[in-house]
Formats: sequence, structure tokens, C-alpha cells
Amino acid sequence: MSAKPAKSKDNNPFASINHEPGAAKIDPIITAHGIERTFGGLKAVDVNHLEVQRHAITALIGPNGAGKSTFFNLLTGFDKPQKGEWSFNGTSLQSHSPQKVARAGMVRTFQLTKALSRMTVIENMRLGAAGQAGERFWSALIPGLWKAKEEEITVKAEELLKRFKLYEKRNDFAGELSGGQRKLLEMARALMSDPEIVMLDEPMAGVNPALTESLLDHIVKLKDQGVTILFVEHDMHMVRRISDWVVVMAEGKIIAEGPPDTVMQNKSVQDAYLGAHHDTDLSEDLA
Amino acid sequence: MDWAGLLTDAGREIFAPTTAAFALAAIGLNFHFGLTGLLNMGHAGFMLLGMYGYAITIREIEANGGELFGVHMAAGAEILLGVLVALVVSVLFGLLLGWPTLKLRGDYLAIVTIAAAEMVRFLGRSQSLVGLTGASTGIRGSDFKRPFESVSPFPDRLVTVGPFTLHGSQSTSWWLVVVAWTVVALASLLFWRLSRSPWGRVLKGIREDEDAVRSLGKNVYGYKMQALVIGGAIGALGGVLWSFGNSVAPDSMGRPTTFWIWTLLLLGGAATVFGPILGSVIFWTALLVVKGLAGGLIPETWLSSTELEPFALVLVGATLMALVIFRPQGVLGDRRELAINER
Repeated sequence: MSAKPAKSKDNNPFASINHEPGAAKIDPIITAHGIERTFGGLKAVDVNHLEVQRHAITALIGPNGAGKSTFFNLLTGFDKPQKGEWSFNGTSLQSHSPQKVARAGMVRTFQLTKALSRMTVIENMRLGAAGQAGERFWSALIPGLWKAKEEEITVKAEELLKRFKLYEKRNDFAGELSGGQRKLLEMARALMSDPEIVMLDEPMAGVNPALTESLLDHIVKLKDQGVTILFVEHDMHMVRRISDWVVVMAEGKIIAEGPPDTVMQNKSVQDAYLGAHHDTDLSEDLA
Repeated sequence: MDWAGLLTDAGREIFAPTTAAFALAAIGLNFHFGLTGLLNMGHAGFMLLGMYGYAITIREIEANGGELFGVHMAAGAEILLGVLVALVVSVLFGLLLGWPTLKLRGDYLAIVTIAAAEMVRFLGRSQSLVGLTGASTGIRGSDFKRPFESVSPFPDRLVTVGPFTLHGSQSTSWWLVVVAWTVVALASLLFWRLSRSPWGRVLKGIREDEDAVRSLGKNVYGYKMQALVIGGAIGALGGVLWSFGNSVAPDSMGRPTTFWIWTLLLLGGAATVFGPILGSVIFWTALLVVKGLAGGLIPETWLSSTELEPFALVLVGATLMALVIFRPQGVLGDRRELAINER
């Protein structure tokens, strides 16, 4: 993790940014351009331009079917677009496999939590670590080659588990955890490799209100440590509380960008959420 | 009803070479299914390839007067070469199977493996390959057994240990018992070491959720390929062990063989170190005991002797169904896994 201090309110990196879709940022960590993904006749993602500011919390919001999760999948290599280019830290990530994207420092979580159920919590955490030589077949046969690293990883995993209040559960199977605890575990596991950016796909979905508070705290603390966060979320209260910048998607396009307290007043955002398409099946309209 | 005889037979079945061969094959499948979650429904194909690889190599060298390319080979060297050929063939088979299917969802591997194993068997049976595989009659034991039996340190006669009498060196011999269980022990040791290593952890992660492991920066395709190849190679060794005590006949490695290996793996407990061994012991002993009891207690007029084998398999099958329903984690599996019902 780079030790750059978080920007304070007075030193807002977004102060001079235009409140318009595709606005250029001062120090973008992700730059995406002309990304199109179609499923049959449906254009699920059609992003003209997007930049994500480094060391900030950016929220990606939009009504159901807006293409947020698909866009996430494209950025992280889990899906391939028909068109478009995007880069991370200035290097192109086009047609990279998910594992290469993750190794580059961009780690994601999933909307439907992917805790590895029949593995213990601590094993889940250890799996998240990068650079364990014992993960290669021949080295695995000789414990001497990886035992030291394993201890290092375990120490780090236990620290993270303490921070996420899962330390007491470390020897339980991940499948025995509650839904909210699994979300916490997934986030903690993503941090094992010291990513530069964490992409959270609906981190609050299905989490009870008490845990939501601590999840939010964790996300804010991550930013304080210099990690960039991009997250998809439905709940506008959460978005207002923690995000520095909000990107709104609807029907595959980015329709607005701006700070959380003003972006919802944008006419096109209100149309997207409450307008003609509200509560109707989007795919029917498009057909 | 000869109770003592039945008991002796059951006792012999516990350490019989067949039990060891199936335990070894199940250890291979344990790498596939237990660790990685790969649905390999064609394990018998790996075994059959191993048998062919070994038997054909040895037969050719033997037919050539023990010479390979003009160089005389010692019996031990012949065995090593035969095993090496068996391993290489099974590795290539694994790579070929995995290359198109491991990028797809798990069910596709199941379909491809079951078809591929049948293809191996039918190719082996085909009359056009009679010079190589001996077609449906297969390869006689006497064509390839000499080197293995000649390196036996045991006497060349019947040897009695406790209640058990086996030949020292020939066919189902004490020599084969020792070799077979040594190989099983080594494979178990390998499984134990690897399943408790970071490498094994990645495989377990893949078993639970591929995409999660991908998102953590691991090359899932590569790991699945490694697991498929290693498990397949161990399965081929199981085939080699089996062929030591029998002839090589393609039909002995049909679909039922694959399902027996699956059954005894699930019975013992997938992903455990001793599960395959215990499963194999229980399976073969139970089969023998049921057959013995049915033969001794049910009158000939109700159940003819030719119906005994199918009847025993039906009973064993029903017992195993009950076991899988009421104890799905197997005999040695972790009880806590039962609480996790996500699949």
C-alpha cells in the first residue's frame, strides 16, 4: 500500500472537477473509454468515458439493469466487451484474464458473496495472499520452501481478522458464518494481497444494519490507508455517507457524475430513477 | 456354511492387491474430486491406459528377447520403463481431456471424460488394433508378468502367514501385496503433503468457487489441469497394479469400474487422506461377505449361483445409497461439513 495521506475536505481532489459524465480527474487510477458490451440485441454497457480518481471512494449507482455489475465484470476481466479500451495505472488491461487483473492490484468482491464454504476462515484469508511460492506444485512438496512465508501470511491474516471482528471465528468453516460476516470475510480476504484498488459489488446487500455500520467504517478506513475504492450500491444513504464521488449509470450509459449530495438533483438521474422507466421492465421497453 | 472360510476370505480381501489397486485409483480421483471438485467420470479410462502402457511395453521387450533397440534390459529396468510409459500416456490423455473442457463448467468435463474413457475401451477392443492391444481378449498375463515376478525377493512357492496362504511371487502374490500397498502408502503420503500445502489450498478454493479464486489472482485453469493430470497419472498406476495380478482386458475397465471407484471414494470420505483406502477395504470386503452369506444361506432354488454376483452388487449398492443419504461426508469426513448446505 502506498502511504499517501487521504485528502481532507479542504484539499478535495474533486473541487475542480466538472459535474458531467466522463469528467477528467486529477489523478485517475482507472481510465475507461468507449466500452460496449451487448447481449444479443441488448446493449448492456455503453460507457463513453470514465475516470476513477485515486485514493478516493467512488460509488457506482443506478437503477436495476443499468449495467453496473456487467461494467464491473468487464473492468475485472470476468467478461469481455465487444469494443473499448481501459487502463489501470496507465497500463492497458484489455483482454487480461481475471487473475492477471487481480495480480496487477485490482481485486474485486462479488454481489453474491463467494466465501469458500468448506474451508476455514483462516484458510480463506491465506488464499488471498500473493507471492506464496508453495502454491506451485513442486515447491508445495517441500515445506521448507514455504513455511516461513506461510507464517508471515498467517500473522497478516490474523491482524485483518481482528480488524474485521472475525478473529474468534478463524477456525470455523466459512459456510458457518452469517451472511454479513461472509461479506466481511470476502472484503478482508481481498485485502490480503495489498491491492491498490478494491472493487466492491454491492457490499451492503443482505447485511443487517448493525453490521452495515462497521462495514462502512472499514471502507472509510481503507481509504485512509491509501486504498482506492470503487463500489456498486443501491442504498443512497450509504452512498451519501461514505462516497467522495458518485457515478450514475442507466441503460448501460453513464448519465451523470458528481458529489453525492448534489448528484441526485440532476434531472437525468431523477428521470432514470423515477421517470418513464421506473418500475417497468427495461428489456421490454427496449425490445 | 463355512464360517471360518468366509472369515479368512474376508480377511484376505482387506489386503488383497485388487483392494490396493482400487484404493490407489481412488486416491487419484481424490485429487480430482476431493480436492478440486472435478467431475471425472472416466477414471477407468486412465486405468486402462496405464495397463496398456505397461503391458504393451513389457510384452514388446519380452518378445524381443529382453532387448530394446539392441540393448539388453534388466527386469527392473523393464518395469521402470513400463511404468514410465503408463505415466506418460496417462499424462497426455489428461492434457488432451483437460485442454478443451477445463475452461467450461464442471459438468462438461464429466460428459467428456465418460465418453473418452469409453473411446479408449472401444479402441482397445477394436479388431483393427489386435496386434497392439489384443482386441477384446486383451493381453495375457503371461506376456508381460515375467519381469515383475522375477524381481520378487520372496520364495517361488506358496507361503502361509497366519490364516492366509498366497504364492510368494506369482500372480496375486505376497510380493504384489507388498508392492501394491507400498505404492498406496506413497500416494497417500503425496496426497497428505499436497493437500496440506498452499497448492492444495488453491485446489480446495477452486472446488468451492472458481470465480472467487480467480478474483484472488490464481490461474484456475492451470491448477485444474495439474490436478487432472496428477490424479489421472495415479489412476494409471492403479491400473498397472491391477494388471500385475490379472490379464489386461479392456472390458474389466468399463463404466462400472469408474462408478465403483466413485462409490468407494465417497464411502470412505472425499478429500480425506485415508478415505480412499478405507472405502476400498469396506467396499471389497462387504461385496465378498454379502456374496458368501447369500451363497451359504439362500437355497439354490431361490437364487442360482450365477445370480449371486448381481445380487451382492444390488445389496451393496442399496447399503451405499443409504450411507450417502445419511452420511454424505463418508466414514471419515468432517461432520461439520454437513451443516453447510449450499450446493
